[in-house]
Amino acid sequence: MMPVSSNRSTTTDAPARPGRVRRLHLPQKLRNLELFLLLIACGINAATVVLVQLGALGRIDTTLVLLGAGLSVLVLGMHVVLRAVAREADPFILPIATLLNGLGIAMIYRIDLANKESGWASAAVRQTVWSALAIACAIAVVLIIRNHRVLFRYTYIAGFVGVALLLLPLVPGLGREVSGARVWIGVGSFATFQPGEIAKIALAVFFAGYLVRNRDSLSMVGKKFLGMRFPRLRDLGPILVVWALSMSVIIFQRDLGTALLYFGLFLVMLYVATGRLSWVLLGMSLFLGGALIASQTLDYVNGRFTNWLDALNPDVYGADGGSYQLVQGLFGLAKGGLLGTGLGQGRPDITPVPQSDYIIASLGEELGLAGLFAILALYLLFVARGFRIGFAGNDDFGKLLAVGLSFVVALQCFIVIGGVTRVIPLTGLTTPFLAAGGSSLVANWIIAALLLRLSDTVRNQPRLVV
Amino acid sequence: MNRELKRVSIVVLLMFLALLGSTTVIQVFQADSLSADARNTRTLYDSYAVERGAILVAGEPIAQSMPVDDDYKFQRTYSNGPLYAPVTGFIPLNGAPTGLEHAMNAELSGTSNAQFFEKVNGLITGKNPKGASVEVTIDPVAQQAAWDALGNLTGSVVVTEPKTGRILAMVSKPSYDTNLLTVHDNQQVADTYQSLLNDDSDPLINRGINALNPPGSVFKLVVVTAALESGKFTPESAFPNPGTFQLPGSSAVVINSGGGTCGGGDTVTIATALRLSCNIPMAELGLQLGDKAIRDTAEKFGFNSDYTVPLDVSQSVYPTDLDDAQTALSAFGQTDVRATNLQMAMVSGTIANGGMAMAPNLVEKVIAPDLSPLQVFEPKTMKRVMSAETAATITQMMVNGVQDGAASNARIDGVKVAGKTGTAENAEDEPYTLWFTGFAPAEDPKYAITVLVEDGGGLGQTGYGNLVAAPIAKQVLEAVLNK
Repeated sequence: MMPVSSNRSTTTDAPARPGRVRRLHLPQKLRNLELFLLLIACGINAATVVLVQLGALGRIDTTLVLLGAGLSVLVLGMHVVLRAVAREADPFILPIATLLNGLGIAMIYRIDLANKESGWASAAVRQTVWSALAIACAIAVVLIIRNHRVLFRYTYIAGFVGVALLLLPLVPGLGREVSGARVWIGVGSFATFQPGEIAKIALAVFFAGYLVRNRDSLSMVGKKFLGMRFPRLRDLGPILVVWALSMSVIIFQRDLGTALLYFGLFLVMLYVATGRLSWVLLGMSLFLGGALIASQTLDYVNGRFTNWLDALNPDVYGADGGSYQLVQGLFGLAKGGLLGTGLGQGRPDITPVPQSDYIIASLGEELGLAGLFAILALYLLFVARGFRIGFAGNDDFGKLLAVGLSFVVALQCFIVIGGVTRVIPLTGLTTPFLAAGGSSLVANWIIAALLLRLSDTVRNQPRLVV
Repeated sequence: MNRELKRVSIVVLLMFLALLGSTTVIQVFQADSLSADARNTRTLYDSYAVERGAILVAGEPIAQSMPVDDDYKFQRTYSNGPLYAPVTGFIPLNGAPTGLEHAMNAELSGTSNAQFFEKVNGLITGKNPKGASVEVTIDPVAQQAAWDALGNLTGSVVVTEPKTGRILAMVSKPSYDTNLLTVHDNQQVADTYQSLLNDDSDPLINRGINALNPPGSVFKLVVVTAALESGKFTPESAFPNPGTFQLPGSSAVVINSGGGTCGGGDTVTIATALRLSCNIPMAELGLQLGDKAIRDTAEKFGFNSDYTVPLDVSQSVYPTDLDDAQTALSAFGQTDVRATNLQMAMVSGTIANGGMAMAPNLVEKVIAPDLSPLQVFEPKTMKRVMSAETAATITQMMVNGVQDGAASNARIDGVKVAGKTGTAENAEDEPYTLWFTGFAPAEDPKYAITVLVEDGGGLGQTGYGNLVAAPIAKQVLEAVLNK
């Protein structure tokens, strides 16, 4: 591999040398910073739950605080594991994931209080248990995958697993349809799971491995047209396959968001790998063309567009599957205003599914614009840390994987929050780390773990490869 | 690869900028219009989250907000809902409030200008704002007596204090339980409201101030006032006394209510005509006065104008452009003359108050949550309708009417009651509207009372004011005078 960064390092090599001496103490500092931030995150999480209780109940109830304390122990355990096996991992990723996860639980708990649910009926309790499971998975990933390059070996297996997971909900008897979208699997009435969430990791691994192997043929060959080099017809295979996969998700699983997520992920990784804008243009026109046809032929896609463009129209608002939910979310956000109503003091429970798809509207109502900006900043920082690995990495597989994994988080945020705030048509996806939902939590914590592993490898590698 | 990554970073940054922008637009720039949207139940719930002030009668709440454990935080509860329905009205979940709940909404919900500093204080301290309480002028004894006396009849009773215009009782029947319209269940409220609306007996109408009926003979008080104030007539002015009277320019004839002449003799005085409530001499008097003179006096009493107490009172009507036949009919409160109960209460109240009309009023004071009075209502004079002499003369005629005339069933031993009955015709086959208006004690009036009974009091066209309305007035007056 030809690391691009190496050239620059050699030209500015005078200040780099003393830096390398300091590196002896660096891992210690990184982990201490992480611990410090982690303690702050856990403190904020505990305070949030207490504020929710004071706001909604007027008193403090210790059960959920205890559960939260259990989670704090678990993330601190993960911190200890990182000290042992990934000493140079990025110090920001774990605290950000912890904080977002905690905020999500607090808001889900707040909705539970409004709906008077407790025990196992309480989504917050389930979310806490799922969080524990997700963090355990993350610890396992960090422990088992000591070097991300092993994933390179399983490129095609990952691809197969990804596609299989994606199509799993279509298997009769296994698939479950929730609010119109067939993206769930379940056994009996118990344990529903969204395999698509895990599929995005597998697909990111597959795309990274595949593109690194085949990027030369995808980028070098082709005819020049309008100043851009367009690929040969026979190289169009992969993009067409991914496109077909996305379209089948739209048609058979009735899930616009998931399709957009995978296709967007593939396009960005393709672009980063090949450096060819023509791929992006081609891909975007393919997807937009498909979406346009879908919006004309599929009722649910058409409805999404109408709801988006004309949400406040009374006819659209009152229609079955109309913009009622979207508008209720807007009302909630408007109620929140600049500073919010305060935790536990708004009425987020008026909006349908306020703890999953609409958790951002719920948070916006009670924490206000200030709170939403803080949350968006946390996401942006998370994504930026992932991109940083991409910039600093010196093996292309690692770089691509880091970019893919962080971009998928960014894109998912954009699709969900953009849908709730009418930037784009609303499609059902979970807000990473925040929204209620076990599969999403597990997937995002695994992404966090992989990014931690990747960042550790990047820093551990000798900077100069000749 | 890093060049591409840089570009992707910029795309991601743009994506997040779009989100920052969209949330800002919604939460800052569109927030007000979204909050004002009629479909925004959050705004509605917020208005309920305020602990609404109580409505008090003699210090006891007849409407109050009780804390409950649901989205609305408070449940509006009415004690004795049917009795006080015409006073309090109700505040339904998804609709406009009525009655005092509507008229005093700003004070009750704590949003009136007088409560501005309280609002600011609540904003700073985070305490939930509280509305002010409204004390009404209703006398619970009078209200209950009026309720009992009216029995199952369709109609209303209004008792006022002539010297101040205070409304001491306002009962309307059939009534309804206001509590049924404040339950926290939209569907149930809508159903109840719809069934009340569809009810043929119109229970939602406050017959004290919003039912317009032909006043019939009680309107003769207005005509006699006009006659005496004109200076052209005295109580002893005499008119021909035929048994039937042909209306000018019409084939229709007017007869006296009992048939025959008014008392005996070839002529009859105004005093006798009023005492015996005869129609023919009144028609003759009306023709001599002309409709303009009658209208001017009626308007001094409050006809043809809107006013609030602060409930909105329907406009009582003395029509314009009457021909001679209509003028003759209007002189005993027929043709298109229409009056509310409260309007007739103002007529007798004004006579009782020596000719000075007082503004009728239902609100005694507004009390802040800290019990300091925000507003105290003082009695307000409206207009001098007649001289004190005229008032005294008419009072004497009304006393005679009760002692020895058409209003004899209002007689109370040991008390001089002044009164006038009315039996008004509606459409050809419809039951009469029965009236009594008067006051007591005549020499120092403390209570003025007007009884309105619609639908003939169940007697079709056989009932009359003295039979049905006068005994009700008597019963209420006895109750309040013996208090």
